[in-house]
Amino acid sequence: MSDTHAQSVAFVRETEIPPAPPPEAQSGAVRWMQQNLFSSVFNSILTVISFTFIAWLVINVYPWFANGIWQADSIRECRELLDGKTGACFAVLTERWNQLLFGFSYPVEGYWRPTTAFVLLLVSIAPVLARGRLPNAMFILTAIYPFLAYWLIWGGTIMTPVVALVGFVVGYMAYSRLVTRSFAMGAFGGTAAAIVTWYLGGFLVDAMPNFLALAEVPSRSMGGFMLNLILGTVCVSLSIPLGILLALGRQSNMPIVKGICVVFIEFIRGVPLITLLFVANVVLAYFLPPGTTFDLILRVIIMITMFSAAYIAEVVRGGLAALPRGQYEAADSLGLDYPQAMRLIILPQALKISIPGIVNVAVGLFKDTVLVSVISMFDTVGMIRGPIQQSTNWLGIYWELFGFAALLFFIVCYSISQYSQWLERQLQTDHR
Amino acid sequence: MKKSVFFGALAVAGAAATASAAATLDEVKSRGKLNCGVTTGVPGFAEPDANGEWQGFDVAVCRAVAAAVLGDSTAVEFVPTTGKTRFTALASGEIDMLARNTTWTFSRDVDLKFEFTGVNYYDGQGFMVPKDLGVSSAKDLDGATVCIQTGTTTELNLADFFRSNNISYEPVPIETGAEAVQQYIAGACDVYTTDASALAAQRANFESPDDHVLLPEIVSKEPLGPLVRHGDNEWADIVRWTLNALITAEELGVTSVNVEELAAGTENPEVNRLLGSEGDLGGMLGLEADWAKNAISVAGNYGEIFEKNIGASTPIGLARGLNAQWTNGGLIYSPPFR
Repeated sequence: MSDTHAQSVAFVRETEIPPAPPPEAQSGAVRWMQQNLFSSVFNSILTVISFTFIAWLVINVYPWFANGIWQADSIRECRELLDGKTGACFAVLTERWNQLLFGFSYPVEGYWRPTTAFVLLLVSIAPVLARGRLPNAMFILTAIYPFLAYWLIWGGTIMTPVVALVGFVVGYMAYSRLVTRSFAMGAFGGTAAAIVTWYLGGFLVDAMPNFLALAEVPSRSMGGFMLNLILGTVCVSLSIPLGILLALGRQSNMPIVKGICVVFIEFIRGVPLITLLFVANVVLAYFLPPGTTFDLILRVIIMITMFSAAYIAEVVRGGLAALPRGQYEAADSLGLDYPQAMRLIILPQALKISIPGIVNVAVGLFKDTVLVSVISMFDTVGMIRGPIQQSTNWLGIYWELFGFAALLFFIVCYSISQYSQWLERQLQTDHR
Repeated sequence: MKKSVFFGALAVAGAAATASAAATLDEVKSRGKLNCGVTTGVPGFAEPDANGEWQGFDVAVCRAVAAAVLGDSTAVEFVPTTGKTRFTALASGEIDMLARNTTWTFSRDVDLKFEFTGVNYYDGQGFMVPKDLGVSSAKDLDGATVCIQTGTTTELNLADFFRSNNISYEPVPIETGAEAVQQYIAGACDVYTTDASALAAQRANFESPDDHVLLPEIVSKEPLGPLVRHGDNEWADIVRWTLNALITAEELGVTSVNVEELAAGTENPEVNRLLGSEGDLGGMLGLEADWAKNAISVAGNYGEIFEKNIGASTPIGLARGLNAQWTNGGLIYSPPFR
C-alpha cells in the first residue's frame, strides 16, 4: 500500500519555474516613466510642458546649427550663402579661432608654445591633484613648470627662468640649513641667499641673451583664451597659499599681524574687482615715472591675486572655525609647536572642510578674468567685443562668438567642479 | 575737501609726467617705435584683420606719422584703448599720440590739456529708423524710444536736439555699438542714433539693409582727429603737418603711384616743397627732407586712404560729403606748405 498516496498527489513539480519577466506595467521604460514622469496629474502636465519646450528648442536651434556656414569671408557672404534661411555664420570661427584662443598679436608661428605650455600644465598639475596615485618624481616637473611655462609663453633666453629657479633652490637650501636654529634666521637667510643669487644671475642673463632663446613676445600680445588661462592659473595658485596665510594671520594672537590681515581682507573684499583693475591699469601709470614699463599683466595678476586671496582667506577661516577646540588643544598637549600643529593637525582638516568653498572661489575667479576686457586687454571676451565684433566683415555676429566663449569656459569650469567632487570623496574619512 | 587734495595730487603727478615727457620726438626716435593709441575696434577706422594686422582710416594716420618720423610705416606699436582709458593713456605718456576717432571739443582741448592736431574726419550724429516706421524727418520722432550708447557725447546731443525741438523721447541706454544694433534690430527701440559713419558701417551688415533708412538730420558736429599731450609743440607740429601733408597731397594730385616720380622734382614749387626736393621743411620739423614722401607712400594721400578704408567701394560705403577737399565743396583744407 505504499503507493496509495501516489494517487492523492496530483502533481509534483520536479524543476524550478523559469524566471518570468515582471508584468509589463511594472518594469522597464513604462514603469520608469510612470514613476518619474507621470506619477500624478500635476507631474504629467509638467512633463508635457517640458517636452514641448525641449522639442521647440531643438526644432528652432537645430536648423541654425545644421545650416551653419563654415566657409565665408564676411557676414554678408554668409547671408548670401544662406539665402534667407536660418543659419549660423560659423565662418567667423573658422577665420578667427586663433584670435579667440591666442589673441590677435601673438605670432602665428609661435602658437605651439602656449599649446605646449597648456599640455605641460595638465601633466605637471596631475601629481598635485591626484596625490599618491602618481610617482612622486613627477613633483619635480611641477616645481619646474612655472619657469618652463614662462619661458615657453614669453620667450627670451632660457637663462632668465633658470636663474630665477636657481635663486629659489639656493634660498631654500639656505633656509633648511638655518631653520634648525630658528625660523626667523631661516627665513631671512633664505631670502638673502636668493636675492644674492638673482643679482649675480642677472649678469649671466645679460652675458648670454641668445642662449636657447625663443622669440620674445611682449605681454601686450597675450590675448584670447590663453590670457584667461594664464590669469586664472597663476592667480588661483598664488592666492591659495596667500589666502591660507591671511586666514592664519587673522586668527593670530599678535595684534599687528592680526590687524594687517583684517584690514587687508576687509578692504579688498569691500572694493569691486573692476575698481582694482582700473587702479592697476590707469591710476598706477600716474604714479610711476614716465617710461617705466611695469608689465600690465603682472599688475593685473597682482590685483586679481590679492582679490581672490582675501576671499579664500575667509573660506579657510570658516574651515578653521569649524574645527572643534579639542583639536587645537590636542596638538598643544602633544607638545607640537605652532607650525607643526598647523601643518600636521589643523590645516589638513580645515582645508578639507574648505574645499567646496575654495573651488567655488576658484571657478568664480576664473570667470572674473574676463573683466580685464574692460581695461582694453584682449582676453576671449575682449577679442569678441573689440576687434572681431567691430570689424567691417563680422559686425553683427553675436551668438556664434559668445557661444564659443561659453563653451570654452564651460569645459574648464565643469572640469574643475567635477574634480572637486572627486577630491571630496577621496578625502572623506568619516563614516556616513 | 579730501577729494580735492587727492585729485590735486593726481594732477601734480600728471603734470610732472607731462613735463618730463617733453621731447617726444627724441623719445620716439631712440625707441625706434611710435606708440599710437587706437580703438579696440571701429569698423573701417581701426580693426585688426585675420592676421592681426591693424587696418583702417585712423590706423593710416599712425602709420603715416611713423613713416614720417622713423621712415618705417611698420614701426608702430598699436595700443588699443577704450573710451574709458584713452585719455589717461595719453596723459600718462603710455602713448605718444591718440588716433581714435575722438571728437575735438572745448573741454578736451582746454580742460584735459590735450592738443588736437587737426581733423581727419568730419562726422555728425545721425538717426536710423526702420523704413516701415514711415518717418522722414527726425522732427517726427515725438515719443520715440531711442537706442544710444552711454557715456558718449551722442547722449548729450540727443537730449539737446529733442529739447530744442520741444519733442519727447525715451532713451534706451546701451554699452557698446554692437549691442545697440542688436537691440535695435530686435525692436527694443524705434530709433538708433550714433555717429553717421558708424550708422553706415553697421547698416552695411544688416540682414536687410534696405529696410532701414538714415534720416537727413545731422544733429551734432563731431570733428574727429588725432591728438597729443599739451606741452610738446614740436611733436604736435609733426603730427599736425603729417596729416596736412596727406591732405595737401590729394589737393596737389600726389598719389602713392606717382609720389616717387614727383619727388625727383616737378614744375610745381609747392609739390617740390612738400616732397623735399626744394626748401627745408623737413629740417624745420627736425625730420628728414623726404618725411612727407615717406608718409604719402605708405597708403597714398588722404583721398586714397579714405577710399581704401571707408569709401564708396568698401562695404561701409561712405560718401566724401563734408570730407571732400575744399575745392570740391568739402571741409578738408590744409594750410599751405610754404
